[in-house]
Amino acid sequence: MTADVKIQIEREIDIIAARQAGRQLAGKLGFSSTDQTLIATAISEVARNILIYAHHGEIVVGAIEDGPRTGIQVIANDEGPGIENVELALRDGYSTKNSLGLGLPGARRLMDDFALASEVGRGTRVTMKKWRR
Amino acid sequence: MPVPILKQGDTLIASIVAALSDDDLLTFRDDLAQKIGSVRARGVVIDVTALDVLDSFATRTLRGIAYTAKLRGAETVIVGIQPEVAYTLVQLGLTLDGVPTALDLEEGLALLAKRRAAR
Ligand SMILES: Nc1ncnc2c1ncn2[C@@H]1O[C@H](COP(=O)(O)OP(=O)(O)O)[C@@H](O)[C@H]1O
Ligand SMILES: [Mg+2]
Repeated sequence: MTADVKIQIEREIDIIAARQAGRQLAGKLGFSSTDQTLIATAISEVARNILIYAHHGEIVVGAIEDGPRTGIQVIANDEGPGIENVELALRDGYSTKNSLGLGLPGARRLMDDFALASEVGRGTRVTMKKWRR
Repeated sequence: MPVPILKQGDTLIASIVAALSDDDLLTFRDDLAQKIGSVRARGVVIDVTALDVLDSFATRTLRGIAYTAKLRGAETVIVGIQPEVAYTLVQLGLTLDGVPTALDLEEGLALLAKRRAAR
């Protein structure tokens, strides 16, 4: 098994490092180059959300297995302000920063599994998975 | 890392060579708006061939750059969106909202020439 890779998100260049780490692991796990791009882009979205809304946090990428299936898991974790209405935040076009509001719903479409857990005042955790085809 | 802006006839050509920081993108936008005036450019080609990821933030910024250029009188074409990146943009639900695109630099220049002839 490959070890998890943890990237602290504090500055913009950390977003690039996180998506490169995701792409690299996905490549190692045998994901197609299209899937590598989908995974890297989903990481970019959640990492940017950490930076914008929580200012700092971390991204952890790791390999996962489920019987014969191999996949990649991405966890984005922060102790920022949290999200008041998680359902709303997952809606296309919803943004409290007047930006595109496609980060969370878009990342959900790019990955196979997507879970958003958030508590106001405590933080936000996004867990996403993609399985190798 | 600043984005170099080259002049070819009345067209400006800028190749984005790496993953750019927000500051780089904003500097590029301002440089471009400035240079359109100083060289009286009528067209801009932005080549994104080297970009392996275009997320919602970068796409929105590129759109903003193209609109800024247009307000300065220069039509912008974005060229070189990689196939995987194009597919990802569709999945994300992103559009370039009317900013014309072309396969590569050559096609982008041809598109600008055609549009100018039609004006
Ligand atoms: N890590 C986070 N911490 C707090 N709020 C967040 C976080 N991520 C997303 N949000 C909230 O969810 C909304 C939707 O996020 P997203 O879909 O990425 O769109 P955008 O970032 O363009 O607003 C954001 O506007 C913000 O209010
Ligand atoms: Mg976002």
